Amino acid sequence: MNLLDFARGPALQWSLVIFVVGVLWRLLGMLLLRTRKDLSKPRRDAAWKGLRLIALRSWPRKEFLGGTAFGEVMGYAFHIGFLLALFFYVPHVLFFADISRGLLGTDLHGLTGLHWPTLPNGVVTLLSAISIAALVAVLIHRIVNPVKRLISNFDDYFSWLVTLGPLVTGMAAFAHLGGWPYERLLAVHLLAAELLLVWFPFGKLMHAFTIFVARGSTGMLFERKGASL
Amino acid sequence: MTGTTPTTREPDPLEFDKPRVSIRKPEHRFDSQGEAPDAARVERAMNSFVRDFGRTAAVYMESCIHCGMCAEACHFYEVTQDPKYTPIWKLEPFKQAYKREYGPFAFVYRALNLKPKVTVDELQQWQHLLYDSCTVCGRCSLMCPMGIDIASLVSQARHGMFKAGLVPHELAAVTERARREGSPLGATPKVFADRCEWLSDEHEVEITIDKPRADVLCAMSSIEIMKYPDSVVATARIMRHVGADWTFRLDGYEATNFGLLTGDAAAQKELTLKIIHAAVACGASVVVLPECGHAYTALRWMGANMYGKPLPFRVLHIAEFLAEQVRAGKLRLRKLGKSATFHDPCQLVRRGGAIEAPREVLQALGVELREMYPTKGANWCCGGGGGVVAIHRADELRHKVFKIKMEQIEETGAELPVTSCANCRQTFDDGQAHFKWDKTMHSLLELVADNLVEDAQ
Repeated sequence: MNLLDFARGPALQWSLVIFVVGVLWRLLGMLLLRTRKDLSKPRRDAAWKGLRLIALRSWPRKEFLGGTAFGEVMGYAFHIGFLLALFFYVPHVLFFADISRGLLGTDLHGLTGLHWPTLPNGVVTLLSAISIAALVAVLIHRIVNPVKRLISNFDDYFSWLVTLGPLVTGMAAFAHLGGWPYERLLAVHLLAAELLLVWFPFGKLMHAFTIFVARGSTGMLFERKGASL
Repeated sequence: MTGTTPTTREPDPLEFDKPRVSIRKPEHRFDSQGEAPDAARVERAMNSFVRDFGRTAAVYMESCIHCGMCAEACHFYEVTQDPKYTPIWKLEPFKQAYKREYGPFAFVYRALNLKPKVTVDELQQWQHLLYDSCTVCGRCSLMCPMGIDIASLVSQARHGMFKAGLVPHELAAVTERARREGSPLGATPKVFADRCEWLSDEHEVEITIDKPRADVLCAMSSIEIMKYPDSVVATARIMRHVGADWTFRLDGYEATNFGLLTGDAAAQKELTLKIIHAAVACGASVVVLPECGHAYTALRWMGANMYGKPLPFRVLHIAEFLAEQVRAGKLRLRKLGKSATFHDPCQLVRRGGAIEAPREVLQALGVELREMYPTKGANWCCGGGGGVVAIHRADELRHKVFKIKMEQIEETGAELPVTSCANCRQTFDDGQAHFKWDKTMHSLLELVADNLVEDAQ
């Protein structure tokens, strides 16, 4: 078994298992905890309307814009670049279709008759570069900003590293950098992505899931009181 | 409860409050109660912290991405730029303990010792962050991009600190006094009754006490009873003006709840139940709470949960009661014809949801309302909430924070600063005296009582 076979085979399978089991374990570990019924008389009955906080909190209130602009801009630059490159780069789409066929026996086209849209390679390269630049910027900010430096821990830096990994190795594979054979570059890229999957449930990357639960919970609690969202 | 013991870290008689050449500034003092060994204090703190842990708090603990944006919302960070005042940092030992002892991967953290055990030294240091420099105003909760209600976690951490016997001694002492005497500031039932009698004679207004049956039960805060007694008179005048069937009751007149501020859940419950039982005893359909932000949180939003069932009466802050009377056309007010600005008490407005009621009342008073920037839910806290105004060692920091309020109010150019919280008012009075400021904070309640049309006639 060569490195690419390993990356495509057992490494992929195990990383997916750890990702799925780990995410479920952590989510259920929170969500299955008891909640006490709030017996106070609500100011507003439709507490579910507070779920709008999930969308609302995606951008700070105007009063807070000044001090948070850097974080917001870099956050959006990274996330948009990363997600578009992940889900709309042609080889990624083919890869996901392969996994889907392996797991479900069919892909999106087979399931729905729809075609997954893709982006031109040049656009994906640009998006990846923007993502990497944003990641570097937030790392520098984390180190030089006294607040972020104080509150940071191993999770922050390691999560940064495993997020950067797939982007950098993906760019390297695309550009055939370093004189390595393409297969080895691809294997390293896959392993970097698998490291991200393995780390995902244990660190702050879980915010991809908890953000909805945390915002939603606060939104509903505040809405029933009529408090400011 | 045993007596409180002010303690200093590395006490040194040569260290004075003010920084001096070659003598470093003394470290922050911490207070402790009881004689428990260090390990027992930590264990009690953490047990108490996790015992109350529900789904929402766990989600919050799991969600922080360490973006640091909450610092931008905190008045203590704003004026000092000191990163230790970052709101989420104020919870660091408790986050650490959560991960190690309670989270879904606690067994991994413990097995590999990835998160060290919290020490009593850390808890002692964090006393300053959890009490002196947090008003539980919740502005950070409004900022957090993850939607974490950081203020609620601070309250929960205070429960742990209380159990550990690591509470600022002023708060521990007044909470103990409230349980023993019925009031944190000495407004015992006898003192309150005497005051009401004196105020009744002095102001020629009937102050009803201990009516067996009444539709409206009014409560006051101890700051009002002891420092702003005109608020008691104002309440009586307004109740008479609107024709309410009302009373004070000596078994439930004190709405101040230092149990909530200290983190003493048992005291909080005891103090809350007094008002609930008094209201039930007289068959009240409404309890009108005084101008006190945390009293509103304690009864309006936490009262039923303390009682264990829904409250058989409505709970209104006096500003909400006044707004209802305005809407019902029962409050006839003289128009002031002045400009005013409203300082939003955090627990009433941002976290309590009574955002427009005080403004409706001001409108009825015919003032030109000049909003501060920011205002309403995003307004800056006065700096004295959450028990901070009671902690003497926090005065210097609190005064720094107060400058934000002075600037905000000056920028409006309004003639009358108005609020609806006696604790805010006390903080403003203290700030005014400290800075020799020419602006005096006014009580919305007293402003209304002073401008009732029948009085003008």
